[in-house]
Formats: sequence, structure tokens, C-alpha cells
Amino acid sequence: MKRILGILLLLLAVLVGTAILEPDSFLSAYNLQNLTGWIGLFGILSIGVAFVIITGGIDLSIGSVVGLVGCLLPLFLVEHELSVPVALLSIVLISLAIGLVHGLLITKMRLQPFVVTLCGLLIYRGFSRWLTGDSTQGFGTGFKSLRYLARGKIPVPFVEDFALPIPFLITIGLGIVAAIFLNKTVFGRYLLALGRNEQAARFSGIKTDRMIILAYVICSFMAGLGGILFSLEINGVQPASHGEFYELYAIAAAVLGGCSLRGGEGSITGVIIGAALMRALYNSINLLGMPTELEFAIIGTVILVGVLADELAKRFAETRRARQQARVAASGTRN
Amino acid sequence: MDDVSTPPLLEVREATKRFPGVLALDSVRLKLGKGEVVAVIGENGAGKSTLMKILAGIQRLDAGEILLNGESIAIKDVQAALDLGIALIHQELNLSDNLDVGANIFLGREPARLGVIDRRTIDRRSATVLRSIGLDVSPRTIVGTLPIGKQQMIEIAKALSIEAGVLIMDEPTSSLSHHETEALFRVVKDLRDRGVSIIYISHRLSEVNELADRVVVLRDGKNAGELNRDEINHDNMVQLMVGRDVSQFYSRIPHEAGEILLEVKDLVSPAHPRHRVNFSLRCGEIVGVAGLVGAGRTELLETLFGVTPSLGGVIRIDGKIVDFKSPADAIDNGLALVPEDRKLQGLILEMSVGENIGLAGLWHNCHTSGFLNAAKEREDTDEMIRALNIRTPSARQVVQYLSGGNQQKVVLGKWLTLRPRVLLLDEPTRGIDIGAKHEIYQLMEELAKDGVAILFVSSEMEEILGMSDRTLVMHEGRVTGELNREQLSEENVMQLATGGVLTAAT
Repeated sequence: MKRILGILLLLLAVLVGTAILEPDSFLSAYNLQNLTGWIGLFGILSIGVAFVIITGGIDLSIGSVVGLVGCLLPLFLVEHELSVPVALLSIVLISLAIGLVHGLLITKMRLQPFVVTLCGLLIYRGFSRWLTGDSTQGFGTGFKSLRYLARGKIPVPFVEDFALPIPFLITIGLGIVAAIFLNKTVFGRYLLALGRNEQAARFSGIKTDRMIILAYVICSFMAGLGGILFSLEINGVQPASHGEFYELYAIAAAVLGGCSLRGGEGSITGVIIGAALMRALYNSINLLGMPTELEFAIIGTVILVGVLADELAKRFAETRRARQQARVAASGTRN
Repeated sequence: MDDVSTPPLLEVREATKRFPGVLALDSVRLKLGKGEVVAVIGENGAGKSTLMKILAGIQRLDAGEILLNGESIAIKDVQAALDLGIALIHQELNLSDNLDVGANIFLGREPARLGVIDRRTIDRRSATVLRSIGLDVSPRTIVGTLPIGKQQMIEIAKALSIEAGVLIMDEPTSSLSHHETEALFRVVKDLRDRGVSIIYISHRLSEVNELADRVVVLRDGKNAGELNRDEINHDNMVQLMVGRDVSQFYSRIPHEAGEILLEVKDLVSPAHPRHRVNFSLRCGEIVGVAGLVGAGRTELLETLFGVTPSLGGVIRIDGKIVDFKSPADAIDNGLALVPEDRKLQGLILEMSVGENIGLAGLWHNCHTSGFLNAAKEREDTDEMIRALNIRTPSARQVVQYLSGGNQQKVVLGKWLTLRPRVLLLDEPTRGIDIGAKHEIYQLMEELAKDGVAILFVSSEMEEILGMSDRTLVMHEGRVTGELNREQLSEENVMQLATGGVLTAAT
């Protein structure tokens, strides 16, 4: 809880600071809707990768999966004229299959997650470019109702001008499901346990391979889902660059949100706040007129400071605990 | 040694060391004369290792005094200890496998000319030291290619090369073969005759019997007594170590063994594919598995439990053939394993007592269509904390902050929620205090009375002798013999554990 509090305060600081410095442009309905929409899109990817990170793994292929899906959806719908449900179902199945292959290679073949998903990153990107001949993919002016999924907004009662973008609502919905799954089900407990100590989890009768595969399937599924929304939102996908570095945004959001790359730690709320912080920073950089070339440097610095503060807080707590124990021991209560 | 006129070479007075939650050393005294071998013995956690770490400069005293040749000295770090001629040979070897013998002996103090290592001097001086302990190895041999016994000798050579007058050996034989142990003994005796003083720490009382001029016994961080050469024997040592009659410590009520529950025929474990293991286990029976380190006992338990699936053979439960591909399968068939390394295999250290106890049983009795049943989980946890007397502030305490004994009880609690029929225990009392040990023995008794079949691996002879209704002895992957209560003796166990056969007397 404390970890989430820290990053929540940081997020509020960025939002309030930008609102004070640039009230007109930041608080405009257009900007806020835009910001929440992007938080939604990146939030989905971040929730997905959080599951993999909790098992102590990593998924570097997310951006390429977003790119692949971004190319496939227009191809299926526009070029091959598949019906919308068939196209969406195929894409979901392809995403699930990608996750399954990652999981099988990592558990059954004992390959390292970094290597497997790095190869995935290269393969799906190359495949997308070859499939489309590197030409821009889009839906033109069609598929209005489908694109409503990414561009639609739901008016908020009693608030004028501002409407919540659908991707944001989707992320909140998925976040609630993911949080329940992680904290209230047996499987979530298994994931947290094996992320801390896979061997002890296996010795306790947990089928760790299956759980790890499940985590990669969830991650790729979420990447696929995010990919559908990104392509609908952008409607002009460049096969060579669409989704590039998105895995790093997602991983950064998860880490900021309290996931440890060592595994076993993480909360869905934190991850969504992490994603929000990333987008808020990006938004501030633009609005405050900071050179956009510095974008990566600023975001990188914030993450570094965030994890450093977290580590220092943890050490402080450890020392305090040790001192307390020493005091208890000195006062003569031995166990 | 108690000559008033000449002070002992090394003397420890009223050494006290406190760790969070434990008084590790409480006014401990120790004297060591020149050319004397003093064995320091005691149960795990008696304070032996702490005392040795203090002498070697790894830890510092809270109170007390150390004297060398009658003068008070301060040992502020390892280098200071080495400068004073005190060298500790750790239980685990501290050698760099990838470097050669000479480089290891002079590691950290390489003779050099203009910053370039003087290899010729290293070779010459290494050869001299190696010769002095009768070790026929070239200084240019890569350490990793040597057997463990010779690596141990390299450690000794390293200590001698700094002309250590006091050599502390912490469980030096724990991973040595019989043959290597004998070679080590010859070196120890030779060093003693040359005037080197040795503090020898060992759990193996027969070794102490053979080597020690004097025995200092520690118990719960205090001096529990001393034995001079003519008083040293097995019973006296055990008596001082446990502070009570051995027969009293283990309740030796033979169990009424029931039907055959687990039967193993021609089982091949991947670790020792050349041997086949046969035995059976009855309801309500406690069977010990004895053997030296590396005899394949842990591997046997892990194969039984499906951790490393067998390569052949048959396991039957209630006469039905079973095939375990994973621990989950074994658990479904009523097995439970308390593993050797509880921190690595038994517990999720960062999780709470409650979450650890719940872990194995979640799927079996704590969920409704996948959702956790928090109330049932809490109920099970509280029951185990009470039943096993786990000392923890609450079920939400993180396991890593509990003592070893309480951690082990958490592992046991995890399994008992599932009411296993076969309980496999691997070194169940390693590294835990004597009180918790006693409670675990009682628990084993109670479970056996309830008809649970218990198979336990132990490297502590007293435990094997005290707890088992029947003992399997293993040597290099084979079961070399089975001893019933009448045949069970330290001598017979050691015979079989070293690959020998029982004499006609049985």
C-alpha cells in the first residue's frame, strides 16, 4: 500500500504542477480526454506485462505484437473483407498462441524469457513488415462503429464538456478483473508465490510450469487487445515503427507501480498508476514547452529516482526492524 | 595444560555475543595449548560457529577477552586474525575452482615484482607446503579438477603457508569420503606433533574420540562442560551436549506397524541411475534413512515425491501402482515432503506464516471455484499455529523473521493441513534449537500413532538411533542394508554407510 501511495503522490504532483503552470491547455477537455485515452491504451499493456514480471520473467515482444496486430486487423477487415467478429476472434487467437509459444519455450525448453521474447520482438516486427510490404495500414473512413471502441467517449454525468474515453474505461474494467484474479484467486496466489520462490512453490505442489505459461498467455492477450485498440485509434499503422518501445513503456509502468523484476511483487492498482504517471509526464513535457527531444531522458530520470527512493525506504524499514528486534532482545524477552 | 606458570597459547575469557533475539555466546571460556587438539562440540546453535567466527575475525565480541600467549589481543577483522596466526578453514570450501593450486594458496597476497606476479616463488613455496602435508599435487593443477578431499587439503596448505599457529577446522570431514577422512586425520596428527594448535569442530563424535586431546562442550551459548583425554567417550559427550539422558530425549516406544502403505521396487533415481532401490513402508511406522552426505538420500526422497521423476521401477501405494510426474501428483496420493533446505525449497520466505501454511492446501480445501476462501484459510492456519506451537506474533508475520525451528514448524504445518498418509522428512531438525527439535520428535511420534507412515533422512546419528523403528542405510545411491531395532547401532550404521557389510554377529 505504501508503495502505491508514493507513486500516487508523484502522479498528483505532476498533474497539479502542470495544471498550475499551464492551466488553460492542461485542463482543457480535449487535453484531459486525450490524456486519459492514452493512459487507457498503455494501461492495458502494462497490466499484461505485470503478470509476467510477477513470475520473475519479462516480455520484450509486446511492442511488436502491438505492431503485428495493428497490421493484421486492417488486413483482415479491409483487404480480406472478413467480418468483424471473425477478424477480432482471429486476432485474439493469434495473441493467445503467441503467449502460449513463449510460455512453452520458457518452461518446457527452459529458455530464458529475455531471449525468447527478444526473438519474438524481432520475428513479429519482421513478419509485419513483410506481410504489408511496409505500406501503411488503415481503415480509411469505414468501420465507424468498431473504431468507437478506441475513439468513443462516454459523457460523465454532471460534468460538462468532459467525456471518458472508452479505452480508459476498458482498462479500469480489465484492471478490476486482473486485481481480483491476482489477489482473490488461488491462481493469483500461486503466481505471487512462484515469483518469490519457484522451487518452494513446486515443492508445495503448484504446477509452476502451467502458471508461468498462463502469465505469458495473459501478457500476449493483453498486448493483442491493446494492439487492436491502438490500431483503431491511430488508423494509419506504419508496419516498421508502430508499437516500437511500447514494451519498455509497459515494463517501466509496472516497475514504477511496485513490481519487482525479481518477481513475486506487484499490484494492479500500482501498475495502472504507473502507466498514468508515464503518460502524465509525456503530456507535461509537451505542454510546458520542454524540448520533446528530452522526453526519454526525463522519463528515465523519474523512473530512476522513483525506484531509488523505494529502495532507500525499504532499507530504512529493514534497519528499523533490526534495531527494534535488538531492543526486544536486550529487554530480555527471548524466544 | 592447566599449568599456572605458562599461559596457554590462546585463551578466550567470558566471551559474549548477542544477535537480535538470541544470546549466541554467554560468558564462554576456552583454552588452547601449544600442539593441542581441542574439539569443540555441541548441538546446532550451541554457539560453536559464532565462537570460531570471532576468533577468525569475521565477527566481533560484545564482551569478553581473547588472549594470545597471555596478552590481550583485539581481532578486528580477518586480516588481523591471519596476522596473529589464526586461520579458519570453513565448512564450505573457499577456493576458486578456476584457478590453480598455487594461485589459491597465495590468493590475495601474491608475491610480486613490479606488480607482476612472481609465479616461480609461488610454485616453489606452494610445493614446500604441499609436501609438508604429504599432498602429491602440482601447484599448477586447476583446483576444480581435484576431488573434494584434496581441495580440503589445499585449504589446510593455504593456512599453513601463512604459518598459522592456530588452525580452526569447522566440520572438515562433512563432505569427505572415508578414505579422505583418514588422510585428513593423519595430517591433523602430524600438524599437532609439529606444534600447531588445532580447534576441531565436528558433529561426528567418533572423529572427536580419535583426534581430541580435550573436548569443550557448548550448549545454548554456554560452557556445558569439558572432558579430558581419558574421559572422552561417546556417552559422556552426548550427555553434556544434550544435557539430559539420551534415552529420555527420544521416547522409544516401538510403534505398532500396520499394513504396507508404500512399496518401492527397483526404483531408479536420475542421480544414481546405476542402482535400484527397494523398500517398503508401513502405516504408523517411523523409518530412518542413514548415510553419509552424498549417499543419495535426498535424491531418493525427491524421486519418491515426483520432484525428479524416476527413470524406472515401480512405486505402489496401497498396492496400486502410481506414477508421479510432479510433486502435485505425489500430494494427490497422500505424500508430503519436508525438504532438506527449508529456505530454498520449503518456504516462500517473504510471504506470511498464514500464506505459507495455506499454500499446499489451497487447491484441495481452500477455494470455491478458484476464489480463495479466506475464512477457511485463516482457520487452518490458526489451527496449525496452535497445534504445532509456532511462536509468531500473528499469522501475518513474514516467515523470514521467525527462528529456524518455527520456520520448520511452518513447513510441517503446510503439510499437516492436507492430512498426509506418507510424510517424507529430509533432515527435519537441521539448524533448529533443541526445544523445537524435541517438539518435532513428539509430533513425529503422534503422527505415527495416528497411522502416518514416516520416512526421515538424518545425518545425526542420535536422531537415527533414537527415532527410527527401522533404518535404511544408503551408500553411493544404494540401500546397503536395513536395520531393525535390535540391529540398530552406531557401528552397524557406519559399517553400511561406508559401503561395508554387517559382521556375522547380527
